[in-house]
Amino acid sequence: MSDYTRADVCAAAIADAFSEDGEIFASPMGLLPTLGVRLARLTSNPDLVISDGESVFMGGTPPLGGKDVVEGWIPFRRVFDVVAYGKRHVMMGATQVDREGNQNISAIGPFAQPKRQLLGSRGAPGNTVNNRTSYWVPKHSTRVFVEQVDIVSGVGPTRAAAAGTAASRFNDIHRIVSNLAVLDMGGAERTMRLVSVHPGVTVDEVVAATGFTLEVPAEVPVTREPSYEELLLIREMLDPKGLRFKEVPHD
Amino acid sequence: MSSNRKPRDKRMSIDEVVGSLESGMTIGIGGWGPRRKPMALVRAIYNSDLTDLTIVSWGGADVGLLARARKIRKLVYAFVSLDSVPLEPNFQRARQSASIPEIVELDEGMFQTGLRAAAQRLPFLPMRAGLGSDVLVNNPWLKTVTSPYDEGHGPEELVAVPALKLDAALVHLNRADQHGNASYLGPDPYFDDLFAMAADKTYLSVEQVVDTAGLTVDTPVQRLLLSRMMVSGVVETPNGAHFTTCTPDYERDERFQRAYAAAAAGSEEEWQAFHDRFLAGDEASYQAAVQAFTEENAQ
Repeated sequence: MSDYTRADVCAAAIADAFSEDGEIFASPMGLLPTLGVRLARLTSNPDLVISDGESVFMGGTPPLGGKDVVEGWIPFRRVFDVVAYGKRHVMMGATQVDREGNQNISAIGPFAQPKRQLLGSRGAPGNTVNNRTSYWVPKHSTRVFVEQVDIVSGVGPTRAAAAGTAASRFNDIHRIVSNLAVLDMGGAERTMRLVSVHPGVTVDEVVAATGFTLEVPAEVPVTREPSYEELLLIREMLDPKGLRFKEVPHD
Repeated sequence: MSSNRKPRDKRMSIDEVVGSLESGMTIGIGGWGPRRKPMALVRAIYNSDLTDLTIVSWGGADVGLLARARKIRKLVYAFVSLDSVPLEPNFQRARQSASIPEIVELDEGMFQTGLRAAAQRLPFLPMRAGLGSDVLVNNPWLKTVTSPYDEGHGPEELVAVPALKLDAALVHLNRADQHGNASYLGPDPYFDDLFAMAADKTYLSVEQVVDTAGLTVDTPVQRLLLSRMMVSGVVETPNGAHFTTCTPDYERDERFQRAYAAAAAGSEEEWQAFHDRFLAGDEASYQAAVQAFTEENAQ
């Protein structure tokens, strides 16, 4: 069981981002965040409220793609209600994220005529000024971690503060988990800081894959290894088909 | 008593719906992304002479098709996605070639707030979403409003989300009676009631028109989303949301969606071939072509 993979480390790191949230709606976008949230619910935070990503809250914790007993109704209109209510932690993707924690999922290049149109801002502007928001980056690179995002979809703490109390009151960019490291916004003047590097990754590798000056503490710990229990849950129960390796391949 | 003392019969044809729309109108399209979109009506607009439309939609292939046909002068959206195909190729093409003259990208919750303001006949409703983001930078006409109350954090400056008023709304539900009372049978009402109340006229397509008593014979009254007072016309269009979901009548046609996305992302010739095979005719010929496509691929 000691032969854990990088994907397992990422799942445990994502789970840790939700471990102290209490009884709130955990909204993971994408595969690894979903795996991490379900892992948290089976270990550190059984009170988490989770959905099928469509319209119902699930009373149990099924494997990826699975269903479980229904404990509530969460159509899109009620998702917006919970965003404003605040008892929610969303982990979104980020096509770009910058030193000040702004995120872009809208488009690459100028807004008037983008080089590459992406999804649009979706709920990122509302999420980031209403409820706790984290980001998952499956491929840490200088293309994703940029000095300044092209379009600000998700709002980082500096921009939120500049926009006034109404924007900053509930702005809470909690953690950025990538395939290489865990980061947060605890750097000087609310900039991005390296929290830990995953086992087998060096600080230099993370710095080289980051397109801005990252705050690096004198001592950078290694992201914890998944426990025996967690590895069992990931492999035997939550993701027996190994879907996680599509996002984070074997080293 | 006269037996005709009943609410109006609002049944009409797809062509009659399109005929009641005008170029330059602001049209809201219900559903959500690749879910329960009034695609039969959208296809008819795609093939119509209508032009210069303002389209308001949590977008999917509805936006993609109308963008490809150059029907859109102004697009109001928060996202355009096919979910299993995350990026809508026709929408991407339109944005990357700047072929839609005016673009309004909102946060997806702001979009609901704007519809709600219109439904309540208010000029705006306050909201946090948008503050600090480029939604306010790219739409400099969006204003903020300062709260007249101080809850101890100082008077908060919030976004004044303007009413998204619609000339017409197009929505697709599972069942309706001939008067326009309508129910959804799937997991999510989406925002079709808000679209209807934000619009001067609402045109409703449904899988099946039943008599009024039939609306609640096998499903709870809470599923009745639209009242006839919100509805101007009813069209029966079986499979009319294809290739989006219309749970429980049918799920998304993933294979067809992949074919659509491949054609949209491909060469002009590939799109033309897709258009000729599926889109060039009326709704009946579309459904026949889809049936043939399904049978071909089942072998």
